[in-house]
Amino acid sequence: MIRLEKRPRPSRTFAWATPLLAVLATFFFGGVLFALLGKDPVQSILTIFWQPLFGEFSFFYRPQLLIKGAPLVLIAIGLSLGFRAGIWNIGAEGQYIMGALFGAGVGLAFYPAEGVFIFPLMVIAGAFGGWAWAMIPAVLKVRFGTNEILVSLMLVYVAEQFLASMSLGLMKNPEGFGFPGSRNLQQYPSAHNAEIITNSGMHWGVVAAMIAVIFAYVLLARHRLGFAVRVTGEAPRAARFSGVNPGRLILFCLGTSGMLAGLAGLFEVSGPAGQVSIDFNVGYGFTAIIVAFLGRLHPVGIVLAGLLMALTYIGGDIAQSQLGLPAAAIQVFQGMLLFFLLAFDLFTNYRLRFGRTEAA
Amino acid sequence: MTPLLTLSGLTKTYPGVVANDDVSLSIAPGEVHALLGENGAGKSTLVKMIYGLVKPDQGGMQMNGAPFAPAEPRAARASGVGMVFQHFSLFDALSVAENIALGMENAPGMRILSQRIREVSDTYGLPLSPDRIVGDLSAGERQRVEIIRCLLQEPKLLIMDEPTSVLTPQEVEILFGTLRKLSADGTAILYISHKLEEIRALCDTATILRLGKVVGTCIPRETTARDIAEMMVGKVLSTPTRSGAALGEPVLKIERLSRPSPSAFGMPLREVTVTLRKGEVLGIGGVAGNGQDELLSALSGEMLSPPGMITFKGQDIGTLGPNARRRLGVLAAPEERLGHAAAPDMSLTENAMLTGADRENLVRGGFLDWPAARAFAVKIIEAFDVRTPGPGNAARALSGGNLQKFVIGREVMQRPEVLVVNQPTWGVDASAAAAIRQALLDLAEGGASVIVISQDLDELMEISDRFAALNEGRLSDPRPTAGLTVDQIGMMMGGAHGMEVAHV
Repeated sequence: MIRLEKRPRPSRTFAWATPLLAVLATFFFGGVLFALLGKDPVQSILTIFWQPLFGEFSFFYRPQLLIKGAPLVLIAIGLSLGFRAGIWNIGAEGQYIMGALFGAGVGLAFYPAEGVFIFPLMVIAGAFGGWAWAMIPAVLKVRFGTNEILVSLMLVYVAEQFLASMSLGLMKNPEGFGFPGSRNLQQYPSAHNAEIITNSGMHWGVVAAMIAVIFAYVLLARHRLGFAVRVTGEAPRAARFSGVNPGRLILFCLGTSGMLAGLAGLFEVSGPAGQVSIDFNVGYGFTAIIVAFLGRLHPVGIVLAGLLMALTYIGGDIAQSQLGLPAAAIQVFQGMLLFFLLAFDLFTNYRLRFGRTEAA
Repeated sequence: MTPLLTLSGLTKTYPGVVANDDVSLSIAPGEVHALLGENGAGKSTLVKMIYGLVKPDQGGMQMNGAPFAPAEPRAARASGVGMVFQHFSLFDALSVAENIALGMENAPGMRILSQRIREVSDTYGLPLSPDRIVGDLSAGERQRVEIIRCLLQEPKLLIMDEPTSVLTPQEVEILFGTLRKLSADGTAILYISHKLEEIRALCDTATILRLGKVVGTCIPRETTARDIAEMMVGKVLSTPTRSGAALGEPVLKIERLSRPSPSAFGMPLREVTVTLRKGEVLGIGGVAGNGQDELLSALSGEMLSPPGMITFKGQDIGTLGPNARRRLGVLAAPEERLGHAAAPDMSLTENAMLTGADRENLVRGGFLDWPAARAFAVKIIEAFDVRTPGPGNAARALSGGNLQKFVIGREVMQRPEVLVVNQPTWGVDASAAAAIRQALLDLAEGGASVIVISQDLDELMEISDRFAALNEGRLSDPRPTAGLTVDQIGMMMGGAHGMEVAHV
């Protein structure tokens, strides 16, 4: 008989080896999947992981890595703070949408006036939008003890309805010949989140993500608030005993993650996406959950995981167009990554035992 | 008389530790046999082997002359071995009869079962109504449920693991009456305890274990408690000493403190009133679950209370959180070491930061000073002789006694003006317990006031100036410890719970 046995203490080796093992297992089983679909597995994997970085058109794909990675990292950093404390914000997608709507709304309100103050105002509005949307589950949890997982998740669908309503109604481009979607902010210099260095993919969202990573690192390692987050996750009663106010911590964690998700939405809508449209959101808020866990809820890990996820997005697109792999197969491939991560994660705290073991 | 059960040369090794080393003993029918030893001496492993939970590596057992090697508890029960564990396995939401039925191999119908529960409870003087919901029962009554569950199987050998730790003195008397009756009827009893006076009152013979080995046997009635204790510990014990200085002015006033319990099966505090004076050790006894946890969290600041209920040197602190109280000098150490007093997976340095942040200046402008926290942890480890490779070790890697020394030491080192501790020596070996008690006394000597909440009456009698008891969330009037009799203490603890159900 095979059984799981709790390790006396978590294995440090496994804690670090798990992401690597998960990636390798994903390579292998993803390859099997692609082979079953009638594609050459080695070529498929290479297309996804090699082409964007070192292929013929890598000059085009490399900046994409930053563009796709920045929102993932920015959102995942916020989520990781809550996840560390056992506060589960699953609705970052909704906060991302609301941040974009608030930010774009401010920008569009000033159209066609130009001024240096417009973009900073949009950033503040975007952060506020995400923060306010996350405060709904936070306040409900603190005040009435509701489950933040359900409330934040459900609010994603509410936000999507807002997005649809805005792109068809209030924010619709009056000169858009009746097409849904707002004015293109890329063509409105004061509101455009342009690349800081041309063709590098480096826009203000990337800068914000970097700042967030440093901020989170310092917070967790050196600051009292970060310590409170960690203790709450490890032992909630001990945290309370040490003086942590659980309600305030919930407000802080949900608020921060909402704010960062809102910022990600604003930088996306004013930069790479350009306009508020019905299909503006592409699931960054959900993928960021994978990124947060893949990165071990550690700021540095999240950067690496975010880049890896961005790579699978870009590589997946290439594989779709060049090899004709179905989009669903790429999504399965990404899902495998989280699946194997969680599966191998078990061995951090447990080990396999073969044969009959007696109860001690 | 032929022995009922003979153990010969039982040995059990776990990775890195020999739990039992060549242990032999024999128990005759009707004999009350004590198994004595400190925590970690191997008592539990030994009885687990008899009960079929653990298999011995070497050696064998004989029951009535025939080889006895139970593969699992069911086999042991079928051979007539019953065991009452220290921790009850009962469902709060079910009735007594339902709980008992769940633990039986082939339970009869509820009516017949209730009838039999009444019979057994009458025969052995264990007052218990089969229809009551377990969640409403006191710890003593819960234990009776477990005992009756065993007795219904008509065991030839009954193993009792630390049965009195949750009982009032009166309840202990009832239990002893039951055990004596059982013994007179020919049931052998293996009685595990470290309370020496009880063993001297109840047991016919005693086997003493230390570090897994039998270090002696004795007839408890003819041996002094001190001699037995020294056999257990293997060295001469030093009794904590204190000078008995005069008490100073009032420091902490608790006035009509009433709070609902934060948890469903907890106990609300009801008009708790007591004044703590400078340099005093106030002992608070009582059976577990009578409001001890709630009182500690009300004093530590985890549970807030309306103004006017708790005042420290004239300042209202009931509305202040834990850190604000710490800054004033009111510190606490809860009962549960892992998960409450300390975060299990965090290092000792981080655990030193947990409560020491403010008073030890481990924080500057919100930023944590880890080198200072580490130095603080090292200071605690040295001052309290905590056995650990270093402050980087995780809290849960420490043994219970060592972690308890760390947790108590962490608060004592912060020079509290008031220290509240709950079960300071629970599950701690005798020498560590003596060190912790001495530290609390030294603290009081230095002018601090200490509240010790404990279920160990001997401990409270030894170190406290005044004694009060919690019963159903009410605190009795404190009385000077000197001259208190066991009977008086028992009455303060609420006498025997549930006596109205049957008459003994």
